[in-house]
Amino acid sequence: MTYPGEFFVDGDPIADTKAPDGPLAERWTKRRSTGRLVNPANRRRLDVIVVGSGLAGGSAAATLGELGYRVRCYCYQDSPRRAHSIAAQGGINAAKNYRNDGDSVERLFHDTIKGGDFRSRESNVYRLAEVSVEIIDQCVAQGVPFAREYGGLLDTRSFGGAQVSRTFYARGQTGQQLLLGAYQALERQVNAGTVQMHTRHEMLDLIVVDGRARGIVVRDLETGAVTVDLADAVVLASGGYGNVFHLSTNAKGCNVTASWRAHRKGALFANPAFTQIHPTCIPVSGDHQSKLTLMSESLRNDGRVWVPSSAGDTRSPADIPEDERDYFLERRYPAYGNLVPRDIASRATKAVCDDGRGVGPGGRGVYLDFADALQRLGRPAIEERYGNLFEMYERITGDDPYVTPMRIYPAVHYTMGGLWVDYDLSSTIPGLFVIGEANFSDHGANRLGASALMQGLADGYFVLPNTIGAYLADGPFQKLTPKHPDVAAARSGVTDRVQKLLSIDGDRSVDSFHRELGKIMWEYCGMERTDAGLRKAIELIRSLRDEFWTRVKVPGTGAELNQSLERAGRVADFFELAELMCIDALHRGESCGGHFRAESQTPDGEAMRQDDEFSYVAAWEFASPPVLHKEHLTFEYETPSQRSYS
Amino acid sequence: MVASGTRDRAVVATKESSAPRRNASYRSTVGIKVVMAVTGLLFLTFLVLHMAGNLKIFFGAESFDHYAHWLRDIGAPALPHEWFLWIQRGVLTLALVGHVWAAATLALRAKRARPVGYAHRPKVQGSYAARTMRWGGVIIFLFLVWHLLDLTVGVVNPVGNPATPYANVVAGFAPSRWPVTLFYALAVVAVGFHVRHGLFSALRTLGQRTANGERWARVAALGFAILLCVGFLVVPFAVLVGWVG
Amino acid sequence: MKLTLRIWRQSDREARGKMVSYKLDDVSADMSFLEVLDVLNEQLTTAGEEPVAFDHDCREGICGACGMVINGVAHGPQKLTTACQLHMRHFKDGDTIDVEPWRARAFPVVKDLVVDRGAFDKIIQAGGYISAPTGSAPDAHATPVPKPAADAAFEAAACIGCGACVAACPNGSAMLFTAAKVAHLGALPQGQPERASRAAAMLHAHDEADFGGCTNAGECTAVCPKGIPLTVIGSLNHDILGSTIRGR
Repeated sequence: MTYPGEFFVDGDPIADTKAPDGPLAERWTKRRSTGRLVNPANRRRLDVIVVGSGLAGGSAAATLGELGYRVRCYCYQDSPRRAHSIAAQGGINAAKNYRNDGDSVERLFHDTIKGGDFRSRESNVYRLAEVSVEIIDQCVAQGVPFAREYGGLLDTRSFGGAQVSRTFYARGQTGQQLLLGAYQALERQVNAGTVQMHTRHEMLDLIVVDGRARGIVVRDLETGAVTVDLADAVVLASGGYGNVFHLSTNAKGCNVTASWRAHRKGALFANPAFTQIHPTCIPVSGDHQSKLTLMSESLRNDGRVWVPSSAGDTRSPADIPEDERDYFLERRYPAYGNLVPRDIASRATKAVCDDGRGVGPGGRGVYLDFADALQRLGRPAIEERYGNLFEMYERITGDDPYVTPMRIYPAVHYTMGGLWVDYDLSSTIPGLFVIGEANFSDHGANRLGASALMQGLADGYFVLPNTIGAYLADGPFQKLTPKHPDVAAARSGVTDRVQKLLSIDGDRSVDSFHRELGKIMWEYCGMERTDAGLRKAIELIRSLRDEFWTRVKVPGTGAELNQSLERAGRVADFFELAELMCIDALHRGESCGGHFRAESQTPDGEAMRQDDEFSYVAAWEFASPPVLHKEHLTFEYETPSQRSYS
Repeated sequence: MVASGTRDRAVVATKESSAPRRNASYRSTVGIKVVMAVTGLLFLTFLVLHMAGNLKIFFGAESFDHYAHWLRDIGAPALPHEWFLWIQRGVLTLALVGHVWAAATLALRAKRARPVGYAHRPKVQGSYAARTMRWGGVIIFLFLVWHLLDLTVGVVNPVGNPATPYANVVAGFAPSRWPVTLFYALAVVAVGFHVRHGLFSALRTLGQRTANGERWARVAALGFAILLCVGFLVVPFAVLVGWVG
Repeated sequence: MKLTLRIWRQSDREARGKMVSYKLDDVSADMSFLEVLDVLNEQLTTAGEEPVAFDHDCREGICGACGMVINGVAHGPQKLTTACQLHMRHFKDGDTIDVEPWRARAFPVVKDLVVDRGAFDKIIQAGGYISAPTGSAPDAHATPVPKPAADAAFEAAACIGCGACVAACPNGSAMLFTAAKVAHLGALPQGQPERASRAAAMLHAHDEADFGGCTNAGECTAVCPKGIPLTVIGSLNHDILGSTIRGR
């Protein structure tokens, strides 16, 4: 166990999360009906900056624009439609109970709290479940082409870890279709003049004046111009930080910079160690690998996961008879079988590969076999359900999954941690709101499948637009100019850092550092973490970071489109985040959700929570060493129990 | 680095959103295509009737000449002699102007839309027929000029007697004039290609939008292309091998 | 395998560009095309040269960021595949591969293989949406949508906005992109109220952006990584003609 002093110091606990009191089911209604409002005429005089244009940012910018605020939205991509939400495949949960299978807001709430291994806040999660219902209505009205049945009504399926069928989907492209809905709503507001969209712009710092978030410093990625944008509130919707592992299912551009810069300016960063490793990704094929591709979790509905029963069996899968196969998920978790939550499936996969029973190059893979489903349902049904995923698999690997079983292996997929926010989604800096994957949010220590889309859209369409008003009701705030000393300092801090990166002129590329950092993180802060490993990782990260700042080579100049420079800034921030992640993982001496500490497991190798000691959110303050503020979690409606899926 | 001012107040918060445009004009890229499609369908109708008339040649000189003379009296007695023909020529000429205007406008637009071309010559992935429309059209136009001089005006025809169209045809396609026949054949093939893409394209432009309809449109386009090729080529072939003469 | 890449290099919007040859000695068949460019860029960086700029993000064929014309074909030789998902097993040892940016006046080259596709956003701004402000929606089951209509809408909605259709079109037209959105929204009951005005407004924005006119050549659908069918263009034409004839 680590104790304060060595890597961090203890700070004051977080006393208030600003959730209304009263019965759980009435809190959100209470907040909406008693929160302060902004007069429509005043909204035109209030500027809001939204950083990021994914499901959370896009939907928030569009909705704030509809409300009449003056919105400016930034994204690093060349179009807001390309934000990484687009790659989500499986679906979106909503407690509609269209199936009459016993679903309800309460059940979705319960499943999410339990799935998150009792490390999330009851008030927030309940609200999420409540709002989920409205999201589906909203998206259907926008023309999102969800899958439908012959009667014309919406189809649903059950998805990772859920025993009810509450996941709405649009083939294997649900994220794309939902994002396009938000994107279209956003572009409608651009046309109406309420939202100004700035593409190919990257936020490089947050401007804080008199304790309030008042704007951002951005770099125009095409011209290199560094400018400031001042406003009454800033909303970060800049996504997760899975790319700290270099290889992940995130888009290449996903980064922590916006969040990290806000963290450095005083926003607490919560539970950074909570990362989700997704069990069904295409395994690494070689050193050239630049990213990992997710195969939707929905594949586990019909595919069966297995490895050879004995280590070192190199026969081709077709030659391995049924009784020499180990369907290890079905064997270990008979009630849920192949549908156990992601963290459990991932760790079980790692365990069989560590046993030497893994398949494919390097023995890091297991089979996901559709032979039974093909026989039971026939090829057309499988094509209808998974056709595009099968094609994608074949394009990447050259193998036909209709004939040979797929090979899969876990990969970093989602980060539950993020900037700490209260019930109103406000960070610890007044005026800085954080939504979507960028906040530490509602998923606790593990996110359930099809809940990320739900949370991003809940935050963006329904929660933030209702809670930000109470803050903006005090505005417009004092008018600022770029000459204000705090504003100018933030801007010159950015230009100095850019110059610094360019001037090192060393001999190693940015990518080579990123790759090396990723290997350290995957090895020591990945699926299984130990005290010794994390200590070693912190040491390695620190020395690699020092090397980065003396040996990195960034060609070109700052006054042009310079993709190496963009990456250099992002990797530099990943180094700082990586250290905090390891410290967080080290201090949390329990296993919970996606965070598995080898020291805290049951005799069967399952994760063992330690509620007496760790039933809190770890919110870190930027300092040297970092300061830990604990938000203690109280459970009034749920009883924390050891998760059991067997 | 360029320092810039804040964007703070530079935003026009409530821009007058432009009223949605209700109608697309004939000058929109779809409008131009509609002109192309409608005029093209007129030509196709004309060609089918023309081809059917040509086949009268297999019924002998008298029948063919009689048909040719009848053409001049369509609509009689309501329409005076040759009026129908002139109305039809007028309509087709207007259609030609529209068709060429549309083609030229789209070609210029296409040129403007891609000022820098590819270093690696792009591979044709779609249909070759579609890619030969512009040059094919020019060939057909040149042929049209010759064809009118040959068999309508008669100045380049060895017989050139308006009273004896049968004799004109037989003389025009005489074996000794094989280059003329070859040119005619090439032009007819060009028409075939043109119709093959043109008819499909016209139907699409006029709103054909289902996958099933698309299959039928392709079949129809190919069918008409083959029909016209065979129908128009069988006459010179017959003259050449002596079935008609 | 060994490869020669001939890549369009252009330092900024105004600069004159040219094709430049690079040799790569150790390319694996399991690499994606973009990973080959990564390897090249690593070499260039270490040698102190400027790496090749290219747009890319998700690398799983859905974000639409990547796009380059490979040997004269947008996104390269494999059908229904974006450049990021194109693997080197489709090439042979010793091949010379030409790599060029999308070419269209409406997509000016920003740098090397990076182009500005902002014109696509403008087309969507003009009307590529259903006006349904947040909070105004009825229950999702209030309007059943026949499955065939939902499927047709989905097929058109799968467009990733990569711009390959424009790059491949002999006319430099963006009609497949524009029509895909018109067809998607027009197939759904929710999209009916704005159907006619949407098509006209989007077509106007398309023409204003200096895209060429469609001649139904079909090159677009042949290179479309999502297989958007040419029939969507018929839907757009249908909506335009319908609104013009009805005079509204």
